Amino acid sequence: MKKTRTVKAVILTLIGILIAAYVLFPFFMVLLNTWKKNTDIVAGPVSFVGASWGQFTENLGKVVNNSNFPFWSVLATSVIITVVSLVLLALFGSMAAWVISRNNKKKWAYAIYMTFIASMIIPFQVVMLPLITTFRDVGKFTGVQMLQTIPGIVFAYCGFGGAMTVFILTGFIKGIPYSLEEAASIDGCPPEGIFFRIIFPLLKPVIVTVTILNGMWIWNDYLLPSLMLGQNGKVKTLPVAVQAFVGSYVKQWDLILTAALLAIIPMIIIFLIGQKQIMGGMVDGAVK
Amino acid sequence: MGDKTAGKRVLALIVLFGGIALFVVSLVLDFMGSQFAFRGAMLIVGIVAILLGLFIFPTRKHHRTIVYGVFVFPLLFTFAVTVIIPLVLGIGYSFTDWTGVKITKGVGLANYMTMFSDPAFIWSILMTFVFVVLNMILVNVIGFLLALLCTSGLKGIGFFRAAYFLPNLIGGIVLGYIWQFIFNNVLIGLTNNISLLANTGTGMMCIIVVYIWQYAGYIMLIYITGLTQVPEDVLEAAQIDGANATQTLFRIKIPMIASTITICTFLTLTSAFKQFDVNMALTNGTGSVSNFMGSYLSNGTQMLALNIYNTAIAKNNYAVGQAKAVLFFVILAIVSLIQVRISNAKEVEM
Repeated sequence: MKKTRTVKAVILTLIGILIAAYVLFPFFMVLLNTWKKNTDIVAGPVSFVGASWGQFTENLGKVVNNSNFPFWSVLATSVIITVVSLVLLALFGSMAAWVISRNNKKKWAYAIYMTFIASMIIPFQVVMLPLITTFRDVGKFTGVQMLQTIPGIVFAYCGFGGAMTVFILTGFIKGIPYSLEEAASIDGCPPEGIFFRIIFPLLKPVIVTVTILNGMWIWNDYLLPSLMLGQNGKVKTLPVAVQAFVGSYVKQWDLILTAALLAIIPMIIIFLIGQKQIMGGMVDGAVK
Repeated sequence: MGDKTAGKRVLALIVLFGGIALFVVSLVLDFMGSQFAFRGAMLIVGIVAILLGLFIFPTRKHHRTIVYGVFVFPLLFTFAVTVIIPLVLGIGYSFTDWTGVKITKGVGLANYMTMFSDPAFIWSILMTFVFVVLNMILVNVIGFLLALLCTSGLKGIGFFRAAYFLPNLIGGIVLGYIWQFIFNNVLIGLTNNISLLANTGTGMMCIIVVYIWQYAGYIMLIYITGLTQVPEDVLEAAQIDGANATQTLFRIKIPMIASTITICTFLTLTSAFKQFDVNMALTNGTGSVSNFMGSYLSNGTQMLALNIYNTAIAKNNYAVGQAKAVLFFVILAIVSLIQVRISNAKEVEM
C-alpha cells in the first residue's frame, strides 16, 4: 500500500515537472537566445553554440540605446501611467463605493451602481472608435489635450477600471458595520473624516485586490495606449514600444527577443516579490 | 469658534467663485475659438476649485450631501466620458456614414448590410466561435487537471503553481512574438520547414495552444480555491463509505464546485471572445482560405476583435467597423445575460 503511494507520488511529480518544463520552455528560449548573434539564433535556436555573456550585453546595448526603443523612458512612462491610474482608481473607487453603499436604499445610488455593473459587459471595441474622436474633439475645443498625453490615458483608465473597482469595493464596504460610523458621527466627526479616518484604512486588503487586478490589466494593455498614444507617438508604453520595435526589425530575433526580455522582467520581479498577493488577488477578483 | 467658521466661509467662497470664474472664462474662450494655450489648464483648475470650494464650505445642513456629491463625481465623470458617451455615440454612428472626422448623412442599416455581405467578416465570426468553444473546453479541462495535480499533496506544489501561473503575467503582444519565434524558428525543424503559422488550420491551432498556455494557469488557481473549499469531513465520510478516488472526484468534488465551474466557464468564454493581442502578434490574421462564400480570403486566422480593428483602423472604414463592434457588443451582452440567468438559478437551488 505504502509503496504504491510513493510510486504514484513520483509519477505525479514527474508529470508536474514535465508540464512545468513545457510552460517555462518559451521563457528559457528567450533567455538562451538573447545571449546569441542573430545568425547563431537562426542556425540553431535550441543549441548553446555562440551563447556568451559578451553577446548578451552587446544585444542589451543595441536595444536599450536604440532610438526606436528608448527603454528607460518607455519603462518610466509605463510605470507612471500604471501607478497613477492605480492610486486614483483606489482613491476615487473607494470614495464612490462608500457613497453608493451608504445610500443603497436611495434610487440615485442604486441607478449609479447598476450602471457600473451593467457596463462591465461592454467590450472595449464598441467604444474605442468614438472614444478616440471624442477625446480629439475635446482637446481641440477646450485645449485639454487628451490624446498622446499621460494625463489623458490615466483619465481613460480611471473610466474603464471604475466599474470593476466599484463593484468589488462596494461588496466589501457593505460588510463593514454601520454602527461604527454612527458612533463616530455622534462624536462629531464629519462625513469626510469618517471616510478617511475610519473606512479607508479598513479597506486595505480589498484595495490590494483591486490594485492587482487593475494593475495586471493596465500594465499589459496594448489596444488603448496604441490608439490613444499612437504607434509612433512620443509617449509609449512597453507593449506599444515592443510592437513598434518588432515592426521595424522584422526577423532580427536577437533584438526582438532582447526587447521582449526587457518587457517581461519588471513583471517577473514584481511577481517574485508579491507572488502570494498576486495569485490571491487574481482569484478573489474572479470569484466575487 | 465663530471667527474660525467665518474665516473658513470666506476662504470657501473665494475658492468657489474663483473656480467658477476660471471655468466660465475658459469656456468663453473655447466658444470664441481662442487658441490661448492655458485655457485647458484654466478649465481643469476651475473645476477642481469649484469642487474644493464646495467641499470646504462650512454648512451643517447640506454638508453630507455635498460630500457625497464630491466623492462620487471623479469616478462617475471619467466613467461617463470614457464609457457611456462613446457607447451612445458609437451606436448612433453605426447608422451613419461616419468617417472618424465627420458625418454627412444617416444611412439606415446600410453598414450592417455591408458587414453581413463581407465574407471575411462572416469567416471571422465562424473562427471566433470555433476558437471560443475549443478554448472554453480545453482551458477548463486542463486548468482543472492542473488544479487536481496541485491539490494532490505533492512536494514542491508552490513552485508548480507559480510556474503554471507565470505566463498569465505577460501581455498578449509580448508573448505573441515570443511564440511566433518558437513556431517559426524552434519548431520549424519538426514541421519540414513550413511554418505552422502560415496555414489557416494550423495557425488557429497555434493561437489556441498559446492561449491555453497563457490562461490555463489562471483558471487552475480558481479551481484550486474551489477544491480546497470542499469540506474535509465530506471527503472523510466518502472515504469511510469506501469510495475510490474516481468516485470521490465525480460524485463529490465536481458537484460541490459547480459554481466555480460556472465562473471559470464564463471567464474563459468572455475572455476568448475578446481575444485580440495574441491574434495580432502571432499571426496578424494571415492564412488563406481558398473559397468561402464564393471568394478567396487572405486572412483566415483573423478573429472578430481583430477584424473590427482592421476594418476601422487599417482600412479606415469607421462606420462599418463601428457597426461590427455593435454586433460584437450584442453577442457579448447575450452571453452575459445567459451567465446571470444560470448563476441565479444555481443560487436558488442551493
